[in-house]
Amino acid sequence: MSTETHPGASAAEPARRGPAAGRTPGADTRAGWPETRGMRVHPTLMAARAGLVRGGIELRHTLTNTQDLWNYLFPNVVLLVVMFFMRNATVPGTDFSLGARNLPSLLGGSMAFSAMVTMKITLAMEREDGTLLRAKAVPNGMVGYLVGKVVQVAGMTVVSGLVLVVPGAFLVDGLAPDSPVDWLTLLGVVLLGLVACLPLGAILGSLFDNPRNVGVTTLPLMGLVATSGIFYPINGFPVWLQWIAQAFPIYWLGLGTRAALLPDEMAAVELGGSWRHLETFGVLGAWAVLGLLIAPVVLRRMARRESGSTVAARKERALQRIH
Amino acid sequence: MTVLEQPDRQAEPVDPAGRQPAIEVRDLRMRYGSTDVLTGVTFTVHPGEVIALLGPNGAGKTTTIEILEGFRMRSAGDVRVLGVDPARGDERWRARLGVVLQSWRDHAKWRVRELLNHLGAYYSPYSTSRIRRPWDVDDLIDAVGLTPHAHKRVRQLSGGQRRRLDVAIGIVGRPELLFLDEPTTGFDPEARREFHDLVHRLADLEQTTILLATHDLDEAEKLADRILILAGGSIIADGSAEQLARQVSTEAEVKWSRRGERFVHSTTDATRFVRELFRQYGDDLEDLEIRRATLEDTYMALVREFESGGRVTALHTFRGARR
Repeated sequence: MSTETHPGASAAEPARRGPAAGRTPGADTRAGWPETRGMRVHPTLMAARAGLVRGGIELRHTLTNTQDLWNYLFPNVVLLVVMFFMRNATVPGTDFSLGARNLPSLLGGSMAFSAMVTMKITLAMEREDGTLLRAKAVPNGMVGYLVGKVVQVAGMTVVSGLVLVVPGAFLVDGLAPDSPVDWLTLLGVVLLGLVACLPLGAILGSLFDNPRNVGVTTLPLMGLVATSGIFYPINGFPVWLQWIAQAFPIYWLGLGTRAALLPDEMAAVELGGSWRHLETFGVLGAWAVLGLLIAPVVLRRMARRESGSTVAARKERALQRIH
Repeated sequence: MTVLEQPDRQAEPVDPAGRQPAIEVRDLRMRYGSTDVLTGVTFTVHPGEVIALLGPNGAGKTTTIEILEGFRMRSAGDVRVLGVDPARGDERWRARLGVVLQSWRDHAKWRVRELLNHLGAYYSPYSTSRIRRPWDVDDLIDAVGLTPHAHKRVRQLSGGQRRRLDVAIGIVGRPELLFLDEPTTGFDPEARREFHDLVHRLADLEQTTILLATHDLDEAEKLADRILILAGGSIIADGSAEQLARQVSTEAEVKWSRRGERFVHSTTDATRFVRELFRQYGDDLEDLEIRRATLEDTYMALVREFESGGRVTALHTFRGARR
């Protein structure tokens, strides 16, 4: 057995052994801090980097198989068809096309929805099939796994958004992202929206042991989308319903993308008659902070429970469902 | 097993340098609710040893291995794996272990080489001057015989190829200690033989310490330097296959034929009996065969004795089999 690595060694060690590294070849790697062209690479950083690569590889996988391509296309084509038939309807109180109003709205709404649902389902599935256990068996594998998952799902959400918005822009008239501020708003809303929604999806995905039960939480999320003013302004809704919608990130992502892509005068038909940029970033930011605080705790609890026998038991259960 | 005048082999490899044991387990106990799964497991594994853990279903093999892997918390007892308590093992410790997990459908979209390359990256910060981590991907793929399939997707592999990939993932970080739980379940004889060759190579060339839980007595006998039999939550026997066989049955079966007639005789002293045979019949003696208890006989006898309440006797008898 090697005595090269010291499991008990403290993290402060590399600093102490720094100067000696040149004299004793190999000693620099002993505490797990290899020398890479004079730069010490911390194992966690290395794992995060491996995670970025992992996310990229998994995103590429989703673009090269028919099942995933279908998942990108099908819901978006349905939405585009719906929008196409809405193009001659108008937003109440204006002569602006409802189809054009709904394109940016759906971009925000579907990004929030798919970021949460994709994260949730992937996590539950990969717990069932043992991907997570493999990550646990590798040093810093969980760091790499989670970074990879965030990159992958964020990437998938953006790809799906593009599949919706690029053809959509040709179907409807009236979009007006005419200033750099609008583009910056779009970028900011999308990024913050992802940071708010991905941890929520991860929390939902780690709460349930069985992927089939995870599916149950999709229904309330759909209900939330329906009340979040994505398809229709919610000015006419009962006030309590408006408050429920405004408590969750879906409403604000939809509002934010509308603010970026619609003409400024359309703000008049929003709640409060304004794009409410401050509130948008405030609520999305609050969800992001909340999610980033809770998700690691829940994920750690979930990971701690993984072992070969728990995966085997889930496999057994899944196979029984099939037969 | 047929033993014909074989010099008594000292099967127990005593560690010459007196190094720290690879695994040290003392009075390990595990209780789920009110069920005691492990009631006091004690054993030691020396560096470079290949140990088979045998036992009936539900005896606690998987629980024991999962505690050693750090995937499961124990109820009581002292455990050291590579000098570290697995309940407190950090990532540096994790990097020195290999765990062969049973794959099911995880990483289905990944290509073999892509996956091994990715998982290997996590080990590179833990490379030392003595142990270069990770294993070179192409060498590793070659070592497990997957070279023709290196660019296949994991889901396209056959069952046997998949298990070889599982082994490759388990050893990609060049572990000092490797855990294998039921490694050859579902293998055809050829795949099993190839797998055994691979384990021999690991043990001989890489000096990897291996702990293997199995149902397959033949496999245990072929691969292991020492066999531990776990029944009813504790180790009821510990020794090489020969040592155990001698402990459990002192009788050997002597078969011979003389002038076309077959004879069988059971004796506690086969050597003296055969010497007597030769003295009496000399050249008339043909087809001489001495059969001692096989591992299967031994195992069945031990477990049966244990189950019929002979727990204490079993323990006492087989203490002698230890060093």
